[in-house]
Amino acid sequence: MEKLTNKSVAVDRSPMTFGERIYVPAIMKGLSITVGHIFKKKATVKYPEQKRPFSPVFRGLHILNRDEEGRERCTACGLCALACPAEAITMEAAERKPGEEHMYREEKYAAKYEINMLRCIFCGYCEEACPKDAIYLSETLMPTHYERKTMIYKKQDLLIPHPKKQEGQ
Amino acid sequence: MAEETPKIKVTIDNITVEVDPGTTILEAARKIGGDVTPPAMCFYSKLEGSGGKCRTCLVEVSKGSEKDPRPMPKLMASCRTGVMDGMEVKNITSPRVLEARKGVVEMLLINHPLDCPVCDQAGECHLQDLSYEHGTEGTRYEFDRRTFEKEDIGDYISLHMTRCILCYRCVYTANQVAEGDREHGILERGDKAEISTLLGKNLKNDFIGNVIDVCPVGALTDKTFRFKNRVWFTKPMNAHRDCSNPKCCGKVRLWMRGDEVFRVTARKDEWGEVEDWICNECRFEKKETKDWVIEGPANISRHSVISQGHYVNTVDQPVVIDKVIGKNPKLLLDIHDESDVNKPNVRLSEISGPAHSDDFEKKDK
Repeated sequence: MEKLTNKSVAVDRSPMTFGERIYVPAIMKGLSITVGHIFKKKATVKYPEQKRPFSPVFRGLHILNRDEEGRERCTACGLCALACPAEAITMEAAERKPGEEHMYREEKYAAKYEINMLRCIFCGYCEEACPKDAIYLSETLMPTHYERKTMIYKKQDLLIPHPKKQEGQ
Repeated sequence: MAEETPKIKVTIDNITVEVDPGTTILEAARKIGGDVTPPAMCFYSKLEGSGGKCRTCLVEVSKGSEKDPRPMPKLMASCRTGVMDGMEVKNITSPRVLEARKGVVEMLLINHPLDCPVCDQAGECHLQDLSYEHGTEGTRYEFDRRTFEKEDIGDYISLHMTRCILCYRCVYTANQVAEGDREHGILERGDKAEISTLLGKNLKNDFIGNVIDVCPVGALTDKTFRFKNRVWFTKPMNAHRDCSNPKCCGKVRLWMRGDEVFRVTARKDEWGEVEDWICNECRFEKKETKDWVIEGPANISRHSVISQGHYVNTVDQPVVIDKVIGKNPKLLLDIHDESDVNKPNVRLSEISGPAHSDDFEKKDK
């Protein structure tokens, strides 16, 4: 049969030479490679004590941003959900009432905002699509969960702490 | 018997078309269709007297007619210029036109707030399409944009004057469709000109809801749909009902999500113009599936963002896993148990206006 490629090489089945038959030189050659690795630079780090820096384009856990005065930036325009290839983002919008100006930046805001972390593939398209600089993928690694239902991240899980208020308030 | 009027020939971007005398260049170009058609923001073929205001439909007339072949010295507004026999028109083949159109778009956007993330018109906005296709990326305008005090013009229609481009379409609609029962109009002049009702009147004619459909931007939007959903997350369906109003055709487009009717609009043709006017009752008060006879999904251009994720002619694959394993597979997470969004028992489409923070608080109880 005609060969498809010329990459295949016939196995050399000729009888071994004397040097190959005494076995020791091949062992010594192999051991010298093994021992040589002891003196080379290690490829691994001792992880919990020592951490590697993230790449500048690393895409970790999502955050919802606030502006300098602590107002939510998100206006529920839906572009992140539109860009999301995994359809992980859902939201419901509401109109800002008089007196809520200190909470929301625009007259429309996301009353509900959820990211289904079971679906999210951390592609970062939501960050790219956002016209209001509201959603960012941070440098935090996604934590693991014991249950599926804790993987639905709500707005309060995603919002960054208020810059002027104490945490926990 | 009237003699049949001879057709006249007009060439637009080297494509010749035969039209009746008295047709405008824009309508002749629409007969050809495609890229040859100049965009139009103010012209509306169903409204008499519209056009000539926005200047986006400028074209170059390189040959006036067979009898007088001199070119017209200036760019002409194609919606207002009648065709002549043997006329030659350049639209996209003329660099002058493309340059002028860029300038027109920049001028239209000077006072436009660009609040598309908030605006309900985003996704079906003609100004968005126009600036995307014909505009430049940035603006050179450094001054404050004009702002207006917000005005309440009734329970059904919300007016955002900052977004208005003063195309006058809504004024003509009120005059011609709503039997001249017009409460709104243009007040002031020049850069202070604004659409307004004189001293806070409500728009309440039976057909006044059509101003929402004719508005090319988000200046007039549906208050019953306000902020409830983005246009591209709803699915347009053609539907009809027997409307008691004799002037209403009852043929509409429903914007649905699941079995919820979020918005009702008139059906629009390929130029974004309504096919037939509908009354306020159909538009604002019939927000349930059982009010309508649904005909099927509406045809949306595949270049539109509205068509994303709306698949047609799909076939559901039969589920046989329960037969194979002899029981229903165990569902590890029903998303509605955990998610607060799109709860099956909560119907945002049934609130009369936009949702507020207390609407959601009530539901949580």
